[in-house]
Amino acid sequence: MTAEKKNLLAQKANHIRQGVIEGTFHAKSGHPGGSLSIAELLAFLYFSELRVDPTNPHDSSRDRFVLSKGHAAPALYAALAERGYFPIADLKTLRKPDSYLQGHPNMNDVPGVDMSTGSLGQGISAAVGMALGAKLSGEDFRVYTILGDGEIQEGQVWEAAMFAAAKKLDQLVAVVDNNNLQIDGTIAEVNSPYPIPEKFRAFGWHVIEIDGHDYDQIEAAFAEARTTKGRPTAIIAKTIKGIGVSYMENQVGWHGSAPNEEQYQMAMQELVAADPERQA
Amino acid sequence: MADLVKIATRDAYGKALVELGEKNDRIIVMDADLAAATKTGMFKKAFPERFIDAGIAEGNMMGIAAGLSTAGYTVFASSFAMFAAGRAFEQVRNSIGYPHLNVKIGATHAGISVGEDGASHQCCEDIALMRSIPGMRVLNPADAVEARQCVLAAAETEGPVYMRFGRLAVPVLFDSSYQFQIGRGVYLREGTDVTIIATGLLVGAALEAAERLNGEGISAAVINMASIKPIDREIIVDAAKKTGCLVTAEEHNIIGGLGSAVTEIVCETVPVPVCRCGVEDVFGHSGPAQKLLELYGLNADGIMSKVKIATSLK
Repeated sequence: MTAEKKNLLAQKANHIRQGVIEGTFHAKSGHPGGSLSIAELLAFLYFSELRVDPTNPHDSSRDRFVLSKGHAAPALYAALAERGYFPIADLKTLRKPDSYLQGHPNMNDVPGVDMSTGSLGQGISAAVGMALGAKLSGEDFRVYTILGDGEIQEGQVWEAAMFAAAKKLDQLVAVVDNNNLQIDGTIAEVNSPYPIPEKFRAFGWHVIEIDGHDYDQIEAAFAEARTTKGRPTAIIAKTIKGIGVSYMENQVGWHGSAPNEEQYQMAMQELVAADPERQA
Repeated sequence: MADLVKIATRDAYGKALVELGEKNDRIIVMDADLAAATKTGMFKKAFPERFIDAGIAEGNMMGIAAGLSTAGYTVFASSFAMFAAGRAFEQVRNSIGYPHLNVKIGATHAGISVGEDGASHQCCEDIALMRSIPGMRVLNPADAVEARQCVLAAAETEGPVYMRFGRLAVPVLFDSSYQFQIGRGVYLREGTDVTIIATGLLVGAALEAAERLNGEGISAAVINMASIKPIDREIIVDAAKKTGCLVTAEEHNIIGGLGSAVTEIVCETVPVPVCRCGVEDVFGHSGPAQKLLELYGLNADGIMSKVKIATSLK
């Protein structure tokens, strides 16, 4: 990857993080930790990988993205706003009664959201249905979904995984955001889904393991997924929950709580200072 | 009543799917390993490339149906009522109902007339579950003619529809001139003392009850209410005004089904006595379907006893 592209993606990921903090601070609720952990993945998807057009969000030939871990909505909204689907200023309306930005994504309210999600384990099934639709109609759009690592404790994820492999849905890429934390503790303590790659392999998927904050590895993984035929691809992305805001990193308490005024100022100072756009 | 010919509404479902498939190549039918029983096997045979078996994974089937519908397909997702409405309730609610996607749920083997399989498979809660989902239409046809029309109407209606079909062969009540409409109830018989509002398998029993009541000097009107949501408020209010008491009849728990739906409207408009004939908040049992219907009072005798209570309360 060129330094220029890497710099652009870093800038986008930084803006997504700022959007997450703005949204959850103004909402006084929400899920910053698992939103911050997927900032690089979303930056790559929306600014490199996905074939989408913000001026035509319902184009039937577009690639689809399903945020199966729907509680990371603040990050998805920030990515969509950054990509031009709606004004960035609207991120501050997150979770407000008069806003279209619900706590979890609603496809009928938000331009660019391809599936309503929030109840864990369900998004991947819809993504599988979309990929099946492409296969049945011979269309060449691709379908991407991001799952939480705690989310894969849901049995429905494995029903979907079994089906996708059985139907050879190679248009489908599922990314597991392996930040190792869920509400009640580490995923290993609560109900360990480890080893994750072996499970997806056993279900017939092509599996790629990456550092979910490394653009070279992210780019290589999505490229490998494109050339993988006859089976879906699972990208197991090791990530750090809360990354980008020092006091949130690897802290389970930031799964589902919002920063207060002081914490908000601190987070924004850190993020603005780290913004490649500002440094340029 | 032409009760010589008996056809299960699930058979009509299977045939109607094939009819739809011939007209529209964007129809997809899904099942969860019950194609022979739900009769989607007919569609599978006719259009194997557009039949998708999810295997024994109803929640995933509903999610896949949702995803397929966003890619421009009209999807009929099928299983037994117990699993379509019961097991997959939350997937239907969140992945289909909330985004208002174009998925039609064909639920067969509803009610206790499932018979020998017993209580685990006898779903008497599905109407209650499905009608509580905003935007969901709930249809419960009385015979094969109406079942076919329900399927065709569902295909022409954008958004989610839940259709309830039975395992048991039931009398064909209607001829080809019958016109089903979503949101409309139909008077099958006029009367002055009581109106029996029936749905599904109990419509035939309601007509029989009305005939026998006539012999006892009680004039009973009968309304067929196949569209449980949206429900025909006007016809319910009209019946309450005209006859001053109502009896509802359904193969479903008296909690949350047609009886509840009618009662809710009557209480808010023309408060009159309403007696509910249905499964009285108990689980079912194994046995031959006809015997079970008798045991649980889901027949003309059961309806007649409710009529007597309702008229005495006027």
